Amino acid sequence: MQNFEYASPTTLHDALALLASKWGETDVLAGGTDEISLMKDFLHTPKRVVNIKGVKELGGIGRTAQGLRIGATATFDELASNASIHSEYPSLHSAVMGVTSPQIRNMGTAGGDLCQRPRCWYFRRGFGLLGMQDGKSLVPNGDNRYHSIFGNGPAYFVNPSSLAPALIALGAKVKLVSPSGQRVVPLEKFFVSPQSESTRETALLPNEILTEIEVPAARGIKNATYEVRHKEALDWPLVTASVALQMSGSTVGQAHVVLGHVAPTPWVATEAQSALVGKALSPDVIEQAAKAAVAGAQPLSGNSYKVKLAIVAVKRALLEASGRA
Amino acid sequence: MANTPDYHWPPMDKRRVMGKRISRLDGIAKSTGAAKYNSDLKPDGMLYGALLSSPYAHAKVKSVDTSAAEKLPGVTAVRVVAPAGTELQWAGAEIAYLAARTEEIANDAVRLIKVDYEVLPHLVNEEDLSKVGNRARPSGEQVTGDTEKAFQEADAIVEGNYGIPVITHCCLEPHGQTIAINGDKAEYWPSTQNVYGIAGDIGRALSIPVANVHVHMDYMGGGFGSKFPADAWGIQSAQLSKESGGKPVKLFLDRATELTIAGNRPSVFSKVKVAGKKDGTLTAWQSETWSTGGVGGGGLTAGQLFPYVFLGVPNRRLNHTAVSTNTAASRAWRAPNHPQVCYITCSALEDLAAKLNMDPLDFFVKNIGYAPEARREIYKYQFQKAAELMDWKKNWHPRGDSAQGPVKRGLGLALSTWGGAGHASTCKTTIHPDASVEVELATQDLGTGTRTMVAMIAAETFGLPLSAIKVKLGDNSYPNSGGSGGSTTIGGVTSSTRKAAVNALQKLFETVAASLSVTPDDLEAVDGRISVKGNPEKGMSFQMACQKLGVNSISEMGANVPQQAPQEGLNTGGVAGVQMADVSVDIETGIVRMNRLVAVQDCGLVVNPKTAESQVFGACIMSVCGALMEERIMDQQIGRVLNPDMEFYKLAGIGDIGEILVHMDIREENDKRGVIGLGEPCAIGGIAAIGNAVANAIGVRVQRVPLTPMRVLSALEGRTA
Repeated sequence: MQNFEYASPTTLHDALALLASKWGETDVLAGGTDEISLMKDFLHTPKRVVNIKGVKELGGIGRTAQGLRIGATATFDELASNASIHSEYPSLHSAVMGVTSPQIRNMGTAGGDLCQRPRCWYFRRGFGLLGMQDGKSLVPNGDNRYHSIFGNGPAYFVNPSSLAPALIALGAKVKLVSPSGQRVVPLEKFFVSPQSESTRETALLPNEILTEIEVPAARGIKNATYEVRHKEALDWPLVTASVALQMSGSTVGQAHVVLGHVAPTPWVATEAQSALVGKALSPDVIEQAAKAAVAGAQPLSGNSYKVKLAIVAVKRALLEASGRA
Repeated sequence: MANTPDYHWPPMDKRRVMGKRISRLDGIAKSTGAAKYNSDLKPDGMLYGALLSSPYAHAKVKSVDTSAAEKLPGVTAVRVVAPAGTELQWAGAEIAYLAARTEEIANDAVRLIKVDYEVLPHLVNEEDLSKVGNRARPSGEQVTGDTEKAFQEADAIVEGNYGIPVITHCCLEPHGQTIAINGDKAEYWPSTQNVYGIAGDIGRALSIPVANVHVHMDYMGGGFGSKFPADAWGIQSAQLSKESGGKPVKLFLDRATELTIAGNRPSVFSKVKVAGKKDGTLTAWQSETWSTGGVGGGGLTAGQLFPYVFLGVPNRRLNHTAVSTNTAASRAWRAPNHPQVCYITCSALEDLAAKLNMDPLDFFVKNIGYAPEARREIYKYQFQKAAELMDWKKNWHPRGDSAQGPVKRGLGLALSTWGGAGHASTCKTTIHPDASVEVELATQDLGTGTRTMVAMIAAETFGLPLSAIKVKLGDNSYPNSGGSGGSTTIGGVTSSTRKAAVNALQKLFETVAASLSVTPDDLEAVDGRISVKGNPEKGMSFQMACQKLGVNSISEMGANVPQQAPQEGLNTGGVAGVQMADVSVDIETGIVRMNRLVAVQDCGLVVNPKTAESQVFGACIMSVCGALMEERIMDQQIGRVLNPDMEFYKLAGIGDIGEILVHMDIREENDKRGVIGLGEPCAIGGIAAIGNAVANAIGVRVQRVPLTPMRVLSALEGRTA
């Protein structure tokens, strides 16, 4: 990796003061499970690395009047052992446990999970976020078995976050703080599909730190996550589906269905949501909603199987949420 | 002494150490981290080596400028190995090596080397033979009998395309070494399967006497056939040390380089046509196969080995084409060619059995007469044993599990064979006056338990406890015991150790016989005593016997000579094994889960059933990886490996392997054949068995491994997987 200046501030104020206003100058380090690899592969070559693990106010998980606050540096292990998450947010707990490596759970953080870079192998081999060679994306004619089936072009990578589908379905927001103030952004809006090589895949600005995640209370909300993973051992999901259903009597009042690993951003399956609202959760309704989830899918040359997986993931998440699994 | 000593193994019922379930001697050291691998070493003053490799699959080097790298403070030497004019044939081909004071400086310096390339056209994928153009090298047709007639007269014909991709060795401890060259002397700490022979590579390259190249290796972390030569990284590190004032230079490949250039197993793709009779008799085999082992073509030659094990099939037509690709060269991979040929053969035969509405178990047994005569009865026994362990007759069903729900269960089987006769090996055994015993031989323990086996043989021979034996290996100053490849080590080292120990013991008998008023031939060594055969009271402790040596030790040699070994009966070659798999396939996700893998394996005389089983367990895990996950993925656009890492080069974890049941085929008639190698034969059949189990579960053949969700779902949709 390239040499860099290392800072380990203990207050958010000091941490923010150390950041630059341009991408590439400074990087934030938390668990380091992605950042260190990016640096070793020269994909990130920051002049300064700001470690935020020493900033106490960024850690912890606690109940609030509105629901749950998850500090950016709370680790996956902390998430896994949190009783509130286990009982009230099974979709989140399940997403956490989908990271089947204790080592990664010990080091990886909630904020880092949302801010990690895509795993696209063209990006990781140095062909840029959009995987371009000679002005053309390598993905459509290359090996795209793990790439996107929705929202394709110019980005074809998939959002790698384990937590985002569950958090978006639950209506979570993230707090982004800069030296000049703070903003609270719905997590759904945090992720963007970059239109050019010079833009990033999140709304985070270079001088901002994602400080915390706010998750609304989920009492009475049926929620579940289903990951299709090739391996039991640590492996990226091929497709994830998270659902959160606000019941109104025996029918669905509000439905949130979010897919992961299928698009450059977590993918809100609006047609699946529409297929659920006002209906009882019968096997037929679940089947129809699952099929509706892939409306508009445009698979690439080698990943049409992911369309099938998306249907299955939604179906199984709904079955689990409805208690039928 | 006139008589040739009796080297024979003691009869099964007389063995005190051999045949016992003994834990490996270095198990604690390895699991606690006390065992130092050569990649752990950091000798004083050590420098770090690094290398620059080609990003292009095919290019000509126009110029190399190392001046900036040379000027970087801390860099001690830079060597260009692909100067201007060199044609690079694969991405990852080395261009320059350098050494520096720290790893960071070395890596920075690599990035300062400027190379101009003339990029040339490349080919990196061979799966579609119609797209390889003039890179195909057909090796001619081999015909036995009359396949056309057999197909005309057949009751059933099956045609299938089966493919098994390139996979890499992916050694946990990567290739590499630390080496120091001072004058005409070398101290060399490689990760190697070839402690004795590898010294010659360094000696020749640096023009120094091989006797001055001292190789050390106590432990190593996996080779699987890929770690015999010193390789460019060894030779260049030696040169860098020489140019850096003799300081040790350490260079172990990083993961990406390890997976890209440090060895791979050739692919094999095929179009197969087989014919059979209603009664299940296989009558014809026809195969068109192609494979790549890198730019040299490589892989199989002339479709050898088809149909695997069933070579006696009267009508065969074989065509094979080697495809030259711009990828790094293949290396021997645990049972070279066998897993691929086994996979293709057993898949096609299982398809034929399904077409004939036969249980494949009955079909394979029915045709076992086509297998070499020496192993037919062993296979029959093993099929029966494996079926018992799998409860095959109860659990097997015709193709396509009719159970409700998305999860389908299926069973599959395969069989395997290998040689594995002991290689040439020499061993020196010393009995000291204080009764300590040393066994020295320049072999290596790859993690297979060689150290433990040698100690067991010596302890058995001397009638001593294991703790009394000091085994010294992993050092080329000991007698030559050859490289560890082809499953030849166990036969070699146990035979040479046995002979050296018997020879040393004979000398001890000669020393003490007179004091017991008997001849040396009347004596035996049992339970820590030297005593008169049939009269155990008459004798003395081993310790007292050794005291009679005065100040002189006894040192005796023993040698395994492969040409003589079969007559001596200590080791032979030729083994049989049967594998059966039980899988569950989720037909909605295409995910295959292992329920159980059964391996029944013969390797002649089993020295230590526990370590033998361990080796089979490891092979079964490799088979699960190869069947379900592992493949090197090349991109034709960039000519590079897309997954030279541990996240997309997928390997099984503990949760993925299911239950593994190993049964070592230990029987008197197998034991009589002496010691035979085990490493390779147990790594052959698992992939085919798992593939067959998946076909049995879901009712269709997934033509290509690994059986990923993508391929399983495509096969279920009726598209080519």
